[in-house]
Amino acid sequence: MIEREQVLHVAKLARLGLSDEEVETMAGELSGILEHVDRIAGLDLDDVEPTSHVVELENVLRPDVPHESLSPEVALASAPDPEAGAFRVPSPQAEE
Amino acid sequence: MKELLAMTALEAHEAMVAGELDAAEYADAWRAAAGGDELNAYLWRDENDDSPGIAVERPSVAPIAVKDIFCTEGVPTTAGSRILEGYRPPYTATAVRKLIEAGAPILGKTNMDEFAMGSSNENSAYGPVLNPWDRGRVPGGSSGGSAAVVAGGLAPWSIGTDTGGSIRQPAALCGIVGLKPTYGAISRYGMIAFASSLDQCGPFTRTVADAALLLAILQGADPCDSTSIGLPSSPRLPDREDLSGLRFAVPAELASDAIEPGVREVFEATLKKIEGLGGELAEVSLPHAEHGISAYYVLAPAEASSNLARFDGVRYGMRAPSSGDVIEMYEATRAEGFGAEVKRRIMLGTYALSSGYYDAYYGQAQKVRTKIAGDFKAAFTDFDFVVTPTSPSVAFGLGEKTDDPLAMYLNDFFTVPMSLAGIPAISIPAGLAEPNGGGPKLPVGFQIAAPAFAEQKLLDAAHALEGAIGFDARPEGVPGG
Repeated sequence: MIEREQVLHVAKLARLGLSDEEVETMAGELSGILEHVDRIAGLDLDDVEPTSHVVELENVLRPDVPHESLSPEVALASAPDPEAGAFRVPSPQAEE
Repeated sequence: MKELLAMTALEAHEAMVAGELDAAEYADAWRAAAGGDELNAYLWRDENDDSPGIAVERPSVAPIAVKDIFCTEGVPTTAGSRILEGYRPPYTATAVRKLIEAGAPILGKTNMDEFAMGSSNENSAYGPVLNPWDRGRVPGGSSGGSAAVVAGGLAPWSIGTDTGGSIRQPAALCGIVGLKPTYGAISRYGMIAFASSLDQCGPFTRTVADAALLLAILQGADPCDSTSIGLPSSPRLPDREDLSGLRFAVPAELASDAIEPGVREVFEATLKKIEGLGGELAEVSLPHAEHGISAYYVLAPAEASSNLARFDGVRYGMRAPSSGDVIEMYEATRAEGFGAEVKRRIMLGTYALSSGYYDAYYGQAQKVRTKIAGDFKAAFTDFDFVVTPTSPSVAFGLGEKTDDPLAMYLNDFFTVPMSLAGIPAISIPAGLAEPNGGGPKLPVGFQIAAPAFAEQKLLDAAHALEGAIGFDARPEGVPGG
């Protein structure tokens, strides 16, 4: 069972704002889904290698040759608040 | 020659090559058809927009619709999300670039569940897509728009993406062919990432031969995607007409009552057709497949929670007004920009990856993935293919499952195991069945899965079976045959 406090903690980790109502529904829905997911918790898989990737690939390397990249104008074209060739964001320190 | 819109993409291509069909005229006929979209299937169409990113100099292949998850230079790309409203990417996805280079005009971008998360297309920020067979029902998801345009006569073919069934399930619910290739067959570059270890691009077509033609255009290793490998050889058109000498495995775990009676009936009739073509059938056990959904709904949200961290209101997309510091801006932007299902998966994934839970959830799910892949590997030592219904039900009603996330997730019961194993699987229309509760008959999909990189064998067998099934039903008013 996921408690309200856990929902708030995870939302903070995910940088996701949730309304009070969303926190309530999320607690119930996540609990339901995790209850289903918990069916795999009891499987004895101690000696099994985890799979992170299905394709057997060795490291893929390429020659380190400089090539053309996006120009600053193009890279900034979709930014919500571009300024002087950079992405502007609110100050990391909240104003008084 | 057949009526323009009734031709398959292959027939049109052959007519163009023979000089009997003017490619530009053919593309214009499809543009006009796409303009009649009453299904909310297109989010953007190419009329009035001549972006250099999608211009095709000399059309020589049938025009195509592209899921809105593929970046297209200068052309709006939303992934079905409010957070990317108005975004015009500075580059084009490799899959789309290959289509353009092959001479396929881009008809438009298709509607989808937000960030490909969903099985009904009801999670799009731009409204649900309607099923062309019954507008009160869902087309499936997440590539619902790409399936609906092909089934609804709004495009000759299209591309979508499949993470846990997002090509095969909508293809089944819309009565067309959908192929999820082997992981790595097609480049993921420029495909907005949902779950990177599972996402794969693939074709939606009316016939298996069209799927082979489209796969031949799309497949190949790409320096921009280090996980892309391509296929061992370029697919050729399937020409097999029998199934003699081929062994088909039917999972014993299918004896579940979760399958609608109508779907089961069509599935069993199709098994008889396999035998009629000389194919051999036997039961096989995939003991871990039943845990596919549990493992998938840990792994996919975990990868998604990481992939979606980039949508933060800084470099592209929307930014919500906020008065506080940068953290508040992130939280406000993501609260406003993401829909309910995306928030649910980000929460689920972040929880599964958080300190103290990682081994119990993510680690355990990765081990289940190993076991599921092992089940298939074992089955393929004795069998050429594994077959299942694509979806446990025909298309369900709009709103029918939106209040129960878990019921929605169980739609992917038959498609998720192949995704976890990274193997190719195709859904072909196998017949029509009455939905539970009655009503007009709706399409049923038949899924065939093959070992990794055995696409040619899969297409050949699916082509033979398609011929024996002879599915020629169309939604009302859609030309075909």
